Amino acid sequence: MAVIDLANPTRFLTLVDRVLPWLAGVTALVFAYGLYRVVGAPDDYQQGATVKIMYLHVPGAWLGMMGWGVMTVAALGTLVWRHPLADVAGKAAAPIGAAFTFICLATGMLWGRPMWGTYWVWDARLTSVLVLFLLYLGMLALYWTADDPNRSTRAAAILALVGAVNIPIIKFSVDWWNTLHQPASVVRMGGAAIDSSILVPLLIMTLAFTLLFFTLHFAAMRNEILRRRVRSMRMMQARESDT
Amino acid sequence: MSPFLALLARDMRLAVRVGGGALMGALFYFIVVAMMPFAIGPDLNLLARIGPAILWLGALLASLLALDRLFATDHEDGSLDLLMMGAMPLELAVAAKAIAHWLTTAVPLIVITPVLGLMLNIDMSSMGWVALTLLAGTPALTFIGLIGAALAVALRRGGLLLAVLVLPLTIPVLIFGVAAANAALVGPAPFGPPFTILCALSLASLVLGPVAAAAALRQGLE
Repeated sequence: MAVIDLANPTRFLTLVDRVLPWLAGVTALVFAYGLYRVVGAPDDYQQGATVKIMYLHVPGAWLGMMGWGVMTVAALGTLVWRHPLADVAGKAAAPIGAAFTFICLATGMLWGRPMWGTYWVWDARLTSVLVLFLLYLGMLALYWTADDPNRSTRAAAILALVGAVNIPIIKFSVDWWNTLHQPASVVRMGGAAIDSSILVPLLIMTLAFTLLFFTLHFAAMRNEILRRRVRSMRMMQARESDT
Repeated sequence: MSPFLALLARDMRLAVRVGGGALMGALFYFIVVAMMPFAIGPDLNLLARIGPAILWLGALLASLLALDRLFATDHEDGSLDLLMMGAMPLELAVAAKAIAHWLTTAVPLIVITPVLGLMLNIDMSSMGWVALTLLAGTPALTFIGLIGAALAVALRRGGLLLAVLVLPLTIPVLIFGVAAANAALVGPAPFGPPFTILCALSLASLVLGPVAAAAALRQGLE
């Protein structure tokens, strides 16, 4: 089925109804296996059991960034091809991406308290994730304040593209800012020196969370289509009762 | 007179004549900077150290002020529709309005910066450099804000939404502006790199801003 066929919301809804249970099932299975591996994974010799926070934290960071990527692609779909589904995809991705970015920040803070002795440091990496979260909140604010969904999705698409251009610049400038003020970075990820006993469960959990993202995204898109239908039905009803 | 210059002159005339618009930004900037010592304390050494940051934050907030009305008044009286239907590309018209906004809000603010610098105990000899960073960086603030202003008018919303959308995008400008100003005042980092990046940000937003703002207006008001 070509992408253009999905422009028909009814056809998309039947597809979602067929795919969603399977997607949710696969997500649950991968989660079950991932959690089993996480429980079996050894503790870090320095960090102890807190290393397990990473299995939530890293997928959160990845999906926070991927969420904006999905919104960027959807924005191109809205502005270039005027694909009606792209509107819906962009709008549905925003709160999910914001939620994962929040998970990344919150778990990072909880991990930072026992490990660094503080909930927050103005480290470059933390700060750029915080700015990403602020951009998500701006996007959500845009959706909240708009009364006409058609108008807001176009504006949101432009904001998503502007954000996509800006996010690398912000990342770069925050790196600059931090090295200027605080040369010794607190965050040491250990690079590729993660042992496979920890890396493999991490990758499985990342896959599980990515599947969860798409499950939630499809469900949110379906809800958004239904919400718009309810809205237009209400308007039709109001018009009929008026005459 | 070309349409571009005519629009520029019209917007500047409006800003200067209606309600003291042009000086309002500078006055706001003056008050924000003057409020800072009350919050931080009158320690002159501390004020000298964070002076550039105070000046930059004040400039950032002051540049947001009039943005709200940049397209809103034109939208209300219908002249925005004329601009959109006119022969001049909308990108160019939007750029003319932004340049007029910059000339009437940012330039007065840069002019009074040396006086405020004295009050913050910033060294006189390097005050010119701090003003120079504002001169190089404020166009970026205006042209990034332009996108927010266009989005806000397309959504028929303004005020706080504009600030929420625009402020995170201005973080790089703030970082490099303050870095360049600090480099000029105290060193030891060289002034050149952050200053050239600041100029690059201004030039990039000079291109990106009008294109994105024109797109937002076309999508929102069609």
